[in-house]
Amino acid sequence: MGNITTALKKGDIITRVSFLIMGFGNLVRGQVVKGILYLAVEAVAIFYFLTSGFASISALRHLGTNEQGWVFDEEKGIDVLSTGDNSMLILLYGVLSLFILVAFIFIWSANVKDAYHVQNTVKFGKRPKTFREEIKEYTDSKLHQTLLFLPTLGIISFTVLPLVFMVLIAFTNFDRSHQPPGKLFTWIGLENFKTMLSSGSVIGKTFWPVLGWTFVWAIFATVFNYVLGMILAILINKKGIKYKPFFRTIFIMSIALPQFVSLLVMRNILDDDGALNVLLREAGIIENYIPFLTNGTMAKITILVVNLWIGIPYSMLITTGILMNIPADLYESARIDGASAITQFFRITLPYVLFVTAPYLITQFIGNINNFNIIYFLTKGGPATLDYYQAGKTDLLVTWLYKLTVNTKDYSYASTIGILVFVISAVVSLLTYRRTSSYKNEEAFS
Amino acid sequence: MRKSRGNAIVYIILSVLGIIWVLPILWVIMTSFRQEAGSFTPYFFPKGFTFQNYINLFAENTTFNFSRWFSNTLIVSVFSCVLSTFYVLSVSYTMSRLRFRMRKKMMNIALVLGMFPGFMSMIAVYYVLKLFGISQSLLALILVYSSGAGLGFYVAKGFFDTIPKSLDEAAMLDGASKGMIFRRITLPMSKPIAIYTVVTSFMAPWVDYIFASVIMGDSYENYTVALGLFSMLEKEFIHSYYTRFAAGAVIVSIPIAILFVLTQRFYVQGITGGSVKG
Repeated sequence: MGNITTALKKGDIITRVSFLIMGFGNLVRGQVVKGILYLAVEAVAIFYFLTSGFASISALRHLGTNEQGWVFDEEKGIDVLSTGDNSMLILLYGVLSLFILVAFIFIWSANVKDAYHVQNTVKFGKRPKTFREEIKEYTDSKLHQTLLFLPTLGIISFTVLPLVFMVLIAFTNFDRSHQPPGKLFTWIGLENFKTMLSSGSVIGKTFWPVLGWTFVWAIFATVFNYVLGMILAILINKKGIKYKPFFRTIFIMSIALPQFVSLLVMRNILDDDGALNVLLREAGIIENYIPFLTNGTMAKITILVVNLWIGIPYSMLITTGILMNIPADLYESARIDGASAITQFFRITLPYVLFVTAPYLITQFIGNINNFNIIYFLTKGGPATLDYYQAGKTDLLVTWLYKLTVNTKDYSYASTIGILVFVISAVVSLLTYRRTSSYKNEEAFS
Repeated sequence: MRKSRGNAIVYIILSVLGIIWVLPILWVIMTSFRQEAGSFTPYFFPKGFTFQNYINLFAENTTFNFSRWFSNTLIVSVFSCVLSTFYVLSVSYTMSRLRFRMRKKMMNIALVLGMFPGFMSMIAVYYVLKLFGISQSLLALILVYSSGAGLGFYVAKGFFDTIPKSLDEAAMLDGASKGMIFRRITLPMSKPIAIYTVVTSFMAPWVDYIFASVIMGDSYENYTVALGLFSMLEKEFIHSYYTRFAAGAVIVSIPIAILFVLTQRFYVQGITGGSVKG
């Protein structure tokens, strides 16, 4: 911004004209190709915004006014079906136009700075760069722009744009009873958040227990996997144990198996009539089947146990390398002082590994809050309950979000949940991530 | 004496755990060769073994066109892995080596974007794809898998951070441009991280279910293997197709397992690399 005001104050008449006619400064001062490009951008932008852009943006205010329905046509003398406005498309086009507007302002300010820059170049008696020279800069001093262009374009169109669209939906009433094209939806402010967080509504009565289970699940899953994985790594690394690579490979096999395969197989084995129940019954250990996945509490325990099968190998894999890095003399002196194996674990191993893997632990925790696969493939969130709105006893916030999106099209509630999950993840990681060494010591190696 | 007894206990624990970990995998493999149909049997070892499940999987295309799904997934994997690798290497090199005004800010934005639940916006992604007129196509899947790849630059950036800067400076003194340094010096040295990126992005389409299911909907022709195999387990099919599902699962798992075992050390480096040095 500062550059633009300087350009306005100190720029000559040619630079100032460039505020209105893009590329004017470049054209006058000999950078013809670039000037024409700027001018072309301006022409396209003016055409776009006059024909549809501004209309799309201003329609964002109300998201459509004409509902689909029968309207009396005076000429024909009968009722005809009017298609009405599609709030969803209005919102989408509006957001898209806003993005284009931002992009245009970006190019426009580049144009102004450019015009001022070339004015100064001429003033100091230098020759403005030719187009070819400027292109060449993109492989050297402006390499970062070249390299970032396509990835950023991809991220903006398939991550940021949908995200903005979805975040906005959290402030509308785009739920199952306001589905375009038949019905309109509109802005309702923070209403969804109120419904979600109040304990009075059925949505709120679902939200709080689901949130509670999400936290319980994330904490238990993270801690159990981490500690047990570390113990497994210690066992394999123990002095005198042979076939270390063999044991390691066995456990790694379960990571290599795609999760949807292993989890679907587990679901089948643990079914009420599944292999495990059948085997136990045949063996005479139980009389009735055990409801591994069909009883709320039981299903939660089963999920945590199955998750051990999935998660322990990961933390084993990660802690193995770190364990080997612990200076051996630490243990040596601990042994001389008469510390038992358990004391050594709590006083040396755990603090050391914890220190190194703190960022991993945070990512694991966030990952578990967002762990879709294990719930969806194992129980689909079930067993179902009438106390909840569209959620089962084992649903996490994210699987509930998925169900609201795919099954009932309650998009407004789904994105409200998404935003709340974001807030949780952001708070957890901001509190912890910034303290980790990898963030602070970025330049340590250079 | 005490030591050997301790080791014996460790061997027993490891063996028991090892069996628990291998059992489900073994079970899938045995099911894939099982002669009798059905989703489960009241006995552990199949009564008869056959190769027919694998043959049927590829030969019978009327209900489930597995060979088509397999080639779909392969196409999507190859393209999205090329694009993703290019994106990730570009972004991570830029963030690690080049210094410019918005660098720190952009890295923070990437972090923040990563904190939104990935599939919160999936329905919006679907509408954006529809806007471009490419929903329910393989191209859509390729774009969705690869376009976000630029956000996952942290692992590769950590790797680039460890390449000594003196190399760049020496080349710069010899008059090399930054683009030349990237192509001639950094890229050849970044083989391990390039392999890691190629492998992880190649594997993603084989195991992803959520995005594929939202984007493809009911377009059976364009299903990927994950979607296809999942649809074999629907109530009306599970009995007659379970052994075939297992065969498909084995076929999908083998390449992924091999790739993973071969590249696990990069995986570990990727997660701990950034923190160990601090």
